Order: sequence, then structure tokens, then C-alpha cells
Amino acid sequence: MINLSSEIAYDSVWTGLNILQSAIISAQLRFLLSLLLSVEMLEKIILLLCCSCAVAQHLCTPDASDGYKVRLSIKTALEGQAYEWNENEMFLFRATLAFAMRNHIREQKFEVSNIIVCNETPRVSFWFVVTSPESTSVLIGKEDVEEAVRKSRNRINSAFLLTDKTLEFIGILPTLAAPVDPDTPPWLIVFGVVMGIVGAGIILLLVSSVVQKKRKNEMTDDEENCEETRVKTVENGSVGEGVYNMSFSDDERFTQM
Amino acid sequence: MGQTKDSGSEERPKWDNKAQYLLTCIGFAVGLGNVWRFPYLCQIYGGGAFLIPYLIALVFEGLPLLYLELAIGQRLRMGSIGVWNSITPLLGGLGIASSIVSFLISIFYNTILAWVLWYFFHSFQNPLPWSQCPLNDNLTGYNVECEKSTPVNYFWYRETLNITPDIETSGSLQWWMVICLASSWCVVYICFIKGIESMGKAVYVTATFPYLVLTIFLIRAIFLPGATDGLVYLFTPDWETLKNPQVWLDAATQIFFSLSVAFGGLIAFSSYNAERNNCERDALLVGIINSATSLYASISIFCILGFKATTGYNACLKENIMFLTNYFSDQNITVENYKQWFDHLNETFPDKVFSLNLRECDLQTFLDQSASGTGLAFIVFTEAVIEMPASQVWAILFFVMLFSLGLSSMFGNIEGVLTLINDLKFVPRWIPNELVTAILCLISFLVALIFTLGSGNYWVEVFNSYVGSVPLLIIAFFEIIAVIYIRGMKTFSEDIYFMTGRRPNIFWKACWMVISPVMLLVVLVAYVIIQAQTHPTYHTWNPDYERNPQTQVKPYPDWVFAIILLLCVVPVISIPLVAFYKLICRVRNPSATAVFRLTHRNRSSKDMESYNATMTLT
Repeated sequence: MINLSSEIAYDSVWTGLNILQSAIISAQLRFLLSLLLSVEMLEKIILLLCCSCAVAQHLCTPDASDGYKVRLSIKTALEGQAYEWNENEMFLFRATLAFAMRNHIREQKFEVSNIIVCNETPRVSFWFVVTSPESTSVLIGKEDVEEAVRKSRNRINSAFLLTDKTLEFIGILPTLAAPVDPDTPPWLIVFGVVMGIVGAGIILLLVSSVVQKKRKNEMTDDEENCEETRVKTVENGSVGEGVYNMSFSDDERFTQM
Repeated sequence: MGQTKDSGSEERPKWDNKAQYLLTCIGFAVGLGNVWRFPYLCQIYGGGAFLIPYLIALVFEGLPLLYLELAIGQRLRMGSIGVWNSITPLLGGLGIASSIVSFLISIFYNTILAWVLWYFFHSFQNPLPWSQCPLNDNLTGYNVECEKSTPVNYFWYRETLNITPDIETSGSLQWWMVICLASSWCVVYICFIKGIESMGKAVYVTATFPYLVLTIFLIRAIFLPGATDGLVYLFTPDWETLKNPQVWLDAATQIFFSLSVAFGGLIAFSSYNAERNNCERDALLVGIINSATSLYASISIFCILGFKATTGYNACLKENIMFLTNYFSDQNITVENYKQWFDHLNETFPDKVFSLNLRECDLQTFLDQSASGTGLAFIVFTEAVIEMPASQVWAILFFVMLFSLGLSSMFGNIEGVLTLINDLKFVPRWIPNELVTAILCLISFLVALIFTLGSGNYWVEVFNSYVGSVPLLIIAFFEIIAVIYIRGMKTFSEDIYFMTGRRPNIFWKACWMVISPVMLLVVLVAYVIIQAQTHPTYHTWNPDYERNPQTQVKPYPDWVFAIILLLCVVPVISIPLVAFYKLICRVRNPSATAVFRLTHRNRSSKDMESYNATMTLT
């Protein structure tokens, strides 16, 4: 299409020249020269643009040295609530990746257009490369892209409601969550609680049985003493009741009053 | 008050009520084996068909033995030592044998409870520690040993047991196991601190709680996907297995070990009963409830195993789907249409599909993964629990249930040992019972430290397979002979008439006199022959084994074999030893034995006189 427009430009120049052959030479020539120049500029710009586009498109190929393959398994992750993968989702992906690049290389302002995607498949997998915002023909190196993705992996994952396993960057290993290492392992806490209860129970029961035994000993001592007094009174042969009944003595006092 | 106390004889402890006695016996009979051995046997022996030899063994072997023990203990009102001594002094060794077996079993049984406690302590974390592999040292990947097998296997073999590659490498004491073992012995002590007074109260909880948990699990498991597959698999009868004699042997041994006869504990428990208790009904109740519990537990367990198999099968399918979609960049392969897609792709690109090395996914293979014993509880079940929502709750419930099942069985074991100490009057009177129990728990704990070594699991297997098998069969056989043939069927019938008001009917008599002894003898001989045919082997966990995570099978070294023989022989050696000793005594002074015989006869006739008196009064 770009080639066609330059052809048309050339054609128009030639026909203009042919038509205006008999016209005022200087003014027309100047006019024609300026036209030529602008067309050439236009051409150059157009050529440059198309070259860069071609180069950019050329930059993103499968197995590109600075590119990464991405694989999304939306249905596996979300099952019933899986969303459709369409252009808007792709736009979101490019935007999050631009965000990740910005986070990593703070000096440069990456735009969505710097993330180039190609080779999209319906399984949802594609390749992407990242171009530098300063010059679109320069690709950001593999290590930088990897670092950027690693740093913001969590954010990228959550933008798509996916995990490390379902949003795969082939070649970038998922960062393993650092193990949460509490100072006291939780099982020791539970152990301490259980042993505390059991230990307290043992001590309680032992103490209560010791106290019970003491009381029993005292009671049997009292009984023995009672027995002895009973025996004594019987032995003495007194006519009255063998046991001194306190209640009667109390009554006597009251009735006296 | 004002009771005249016999000089020298204490009041025998008594149950607070009948329910305590029944719950204690049921708790003793219902143990870990009901949950993790019976479902396994059902599964490998053709499901519903296994119930036939099982029920036959229950009716002709289990119930008669149970009835016999409960009756003789209640009648003679003494622990296992005193009972056999009073029947005939020649067989006094039976009680000693029972107590030694009880002691040996209690030390490894409590180690299993220590493992259960360890898992219980770890169930209070989120995520559960056995659900993921730990990272390796430089935090770049997962631990190698864990990656080769599964996180559940790794947690059991490495983080819990820290197991050595074989039984000869002893390793060192694992401190975490030591403190778990100490805590489980402390729990046993606190329940036993006041003898059956405290144990009788503890048993209200430990005997009933497992049923509650099993019901909760059943209700939950029925609604899990794949539960019906598990149940169908469990109960589909395969009548061919009935032709295999091994099935009958296993049914007989399962019933025998499940009812916990010949430990001496049941005799002791029934000796604390009132004299006129209907022990026939008790025996029937305990035996039937024990078998019913086994069935009930297997339903819950198999629902959950069916769920686990379905989850594993789906995971396998999803993995294959992932491989296929990645390779062929295709879409829409789901679990439902996997088969059609797979066939289609296999036809069109057979070599490509082959190169992917897809795993064969078959639900039957997953269901066939059977496990029993500690493998079921700590590997299979914990894996299933991870997949259930709210896994911590289920894990906690499960391990508390296992702990109470084991604890109520421990009570019977400890009682068997304590009666030895009390009846033989090893300790002077002034030492309080609490101290005796404490010393017993301490000694058992120290001996059980063997099982906290690196090779501890292998030793538990040794004890489990050999202590709790042949000696018990021998003891039970001699018990029947002693009661039925030495005491006499007639005297025993009179005993039962005294206690229950009815003589035993023809079924019981036939079982006791012929069927049960014959069955026991056949089982014993068959068991010994089968064990003796092959050099015993065991499964080891060897990380360097090429087929890890499969366990490597190794033969026992000779010194372990010698220990196994010792374990089988030492408990039962007391029977002939004591008989021999008493014979020599009798030969030496025949007059003393005559006096003994006279008083013994007088005592039994005095009982009959008092019985007749009470009968005329009522």
C-alpha cells in the first residue's frame, strides 16, 4: 500500500510535468521541485515508517532471542467463570506488561505500543517482545524483561485472576514464595497448651487424692476415738446412755431459761 | 459405716454403673484396627463377600471367647492371675503371659498414639504442612526428596519419623517424637490415676466420641464427588475370594484381635462387676457393637477414599489435557470429552502423542490403591483431607477420633499389666496406687524410646506383627482348655446359672467344647505355617531407591529375626515354666497341696450354700 502511494506520487509528477510542459517554466518548475521534495520527504517518512513497522514486526517472531512465549490457561483456572480472550484482554496484557517494564526501568516510560505481540493462537498463547520507548527498533534485553516480569508477577497474575501455573511465561521460572518461618513453630504452641492442661490435671488429681486420704485418716481417727469412748462407757457399766448426747444438754439449758 | 473389714483384703473397686462397664469393654474392643484394618481387608478380599467369613468367625469364635472371659472374670472376681491360679495352679502362667503381652503391646500402641498426637498438633496450621513441599536450602526449588514422592509421603517419612533406610541403621532419638510420646503417656496416666474411678469417667468421652466423629464424616463424605464409586468398589462382592483359605484365616485373626480377648483386661474389667450381672447379654452386646463399628467405619472411610480416587483421576486427566493443549495448540479439551479428543489425536498424530509420554489415567487404578494401618491414616487419609474444603477441621476431628479410639484400647492394656502387679502383690501396701501407675507409665515410656529412633517405625511393625499374634492365639487356646476342661463344663454352667439365672444353651456348649478350640488350633497352626514358609520381609523407605516413592522390600537381618522369635516365645514361655514349677512344688510337699485343695473345694461349696440361701429368701 505504501509502495502504491509512492507510485501514484511518481505518476502524478510525471503527468504534471507532461501537462505543464508548455507552462511557465520557472514558477512551475519551482512548484514542481517543491512538490518533488515534499513527496520525497513524504516518501522517506513513509518508507521509514514502513521500514520500522516491518522491522518491528520482524522483531517479534516465535523463538525470537529477546522474546517470551506466554501461555494462558483460563479455563483450567477459572472453570465456570472463565472469560473470553479477545482484543481488549490482549490490550490489558500489553498494558500490564508496560506497567511491569515501567516499574523495573524507572527512567523510561514504556507505552502500550512498546509491547509487540505476535503469533497468537486460540489456545491462548502468543509471543511478545518489548521495544525501547526511545527507539522502536531496539529491543529490551531478555534479562531485563525477565526481571521486570518477576518483580511484578503477582500484579500481572491478579490482573487476569490467574496464577503462576495458569499464566505461564515460558522460560521465566515462577518465584517461589519465601517460606513463612514463625519464631515458634505452631505445633509447639498446641503441644504446650495440651501438656499444660494435662499437667495441671495430674497435679490437681494427685493433690485431691492426698487431701482425701488425710481426711479419711482423720475421720477414721475420730471414729476410733468415738469407739474407744463408747467402749469405755460400756465397760464402766454406767446405767445411763453410753453416748453423751449434746442435743439433750442444750434443751435442758433452754428450758431452764 | 461400721462395716467389718477383713484383715488384709481391700474392698474391690466397683463400676459406678453398668454403662461405664459396657463402655469400657466396647472401648477396649473397638480400637484402631476397626478403622484401618477392617476396611482394608474388605477391600482386598472382594468387598461384600468378606463379610461371610467374618461373621462366621464372629459367631463361632469371637463371641464364645468373649463370653467365656467375661463370665469367668465376673464369677471368680479376680484379675487374670488370680482367676487362672484358682482354676488350677498349674496354669497360673496364663495370667503372667497375658500381662507380658499386654505390656509389650501397650508400649508400641502408645507410640502410634504419639504419632497421632503429632499430626493433631500440626493440624492447626494453614495450609496444612503435608500439603506442600518445603523449599530446598538455597530457596531455588522444592526439596528433592519431596519432589520425587509426594508432600504427604515426605511429611510422614521425613518430618515425622525421620526414617532410616533400614532397620539396622538405628539413627538417633528424634526429640519431637520423644516429647509427643511423653505427652501421650501423660494423658494415659491422668486417665488412670485413680484406677477405674478416673478411667470410668474418661471412658464416657473416649468410647463415644469416635462414633460422633464417624457420623460427621459419613454425613460429609456421602456428599463428596466420587463417594459412591468408593462405596460400590468396597461392597461389590467377589465370590471367588471365598475359595482362598487365606481369606478365612484373615477373617478369623481379624475377629480375634479385634475383640481384644486373651489380654487379661476383659477379665479384670468384669471382675469389678456385681456378682449377679447378665454377662451373656454383655458379651453379645460388645461383640456385635464391635463388628458393627467396623462396618460403619468402613463406610465412611471408603466414601472418602472414593473421593480421593476421583480427585486423583481428575488431576491426572487435567495434566494430560494440559500437555495436549500445549502441544497441539488446540482448544476445548475438557474432562468430559477427553476420551474422544485423545482417540482422535492418537489416530491422526500417533507418534507425537506417544512422544508426550502421557500418563495412563484409570479410575480403577486409583481405587485400587489400598492401604491399611499407618499408611491409611497418615498418608492416604491426610491426602484426602487436603482436598476437602475446611481441611483443618476434618484433620483435627480425624486425629482426635484416632486418639480416643487408641486411648480406650490402651486402658484395657494397662489394666492387664496393673492386675499383675496388684494380684501378685509385688509392691508393699503403703505405696499408693497412683505412684504404682506412675512408675509403670514411666518405665513403659523409657522402654518405648526405642520407637522414637530413626528406625522406630520398623520396630513398631515388628512388634505389631509378631507380639500381637501368635502369643495371643496360644493364650486363648489354653484359656478355653482351662475353663472348659479343667474347671469343667458342669462347674462353669453352674457358675453361669449363679450369675445370670440360666444355664448356657446348647449353642454355647457346643462352641466352647468343640468348635472354638478346634478353630483356634487350626488358625494357630495355619498362621505359624504361613509365617514360617517365607523369610519375613519388611517395607523400607529408601530415598536412594530407584523406584522411590515405592517402598523397598528387604529381608529382616538375622539378629532381628532372633528378636522376633524371642517376642513370640517369651510371653508364652511362662505357661510351661509356671506349670513345671508348680509340679515340682507338688512333688516336693504333697501335704501342702492337699490342704490347698481342701480349702479351695470348701470355698466353692460355701459359695453354693450362700447362693441357695439367697434363692430361698427371694
